[in-house]
Amino acid sequence: MNRTTLPSLLSGILFGAGLALGGMTDPARVRGFLDLFGAWDPTLAFVMGGAVIVMAIAWRVVARMRQPWLTEAFHLPTRADLTPRLIGGAALFGVGWGIAGLCPGPGIAALVIEPMSAAVFVAAMLVGMAAVRLVEGTPA
Amino acid sequence: MTLPGYPEAAPLAGLAGGVLIGLAAAVMLLGLGRIAGVSGIAAKAAGLGGSGIARSGAWTFLVGLPLGALLVSLAQGGIAASFASTPVLVIAGLLVGIGTRLGSGCTSGHGVCGVSRFSARSIVATLTFMAAGIATVAAMNALGLEVLP
Repeated sequence: MNRTTLPSLLSGILFGAGLALGGMTDPARVRGFLDLFGAWDPTLAFVMGGAVIVMAIAWRVVARMRQPWLTEAFHLPTRADLTPRLIGGAALFGVGWGIAGLCPGPGIAALVIEPMSAAVFVAAMLVGMAAVRLVEGTPA
Repeated sequence: MTLPGYPEAAPLAGLAGGVLIGLAAAVMLLGLGRIAGVSGIAAKAAGLGGSGIARSGAWTFLVGLPLGALLVSLAQGGIAASFASTPVLVIAGLLVGIGTRLGSGCTSGHGVCGVSRFSARSIVATLTFMAAGIATVAAMNALGLEVLP
């Protein structure tokens, strides 16, 4: 337990509550959004829109900050290169997302809604992550 | 409230949920100086690389996700959800795990945190995984593959 523990927990709780409130823990709703050429359900666009608006404001605030409120420094992605790995990985992720209607956040949050199904998804996801790690090796 | 033409949609609940997700990511960013990307945090917690907060913080964040969903479920008297069968979940989970590591993020890290920062990588990744998801659902529907009960 240190001073990052409670903010991390608070962030996770808010995140999980937002996913559940927005209907994102129901794969049927997520697949409904991806069913653009069928019975399209635009709810996910409202979820993403709400989150992006709040975060766009947060980024404006960050631009005026020297350091985070509770830690020494910002650790943020700096890369700007568009690589085949980025696009190929995003495409593979999108296929998996479309197949079952689950991405990592809702999969983990759903552990309290449909524990067995969510656990199977999360376990398989971790195996997939481990496979990438195994093939690529541990970065120096 | 419903959207005309889209009786299934829940725009207000969606917007409210989105604002909570944005606040969650803002706490992580402003408080701890990190990106709230769930795939990276999950990898970090599992010792599989990943990014973002230190490992202990990664675990508490991940524990918070189902806790938050549980609070909403208790407040609403349950949450409707239908999940695919085990083999389908395994295939989808493997693809999501591999894809998010290769693609450096998922719906939260790229779709929420990166898009709102106007990151070119995140915008390209988000457009790519959305297009792939839409194409996948369209193809499955065309083939008559129904995965949800």
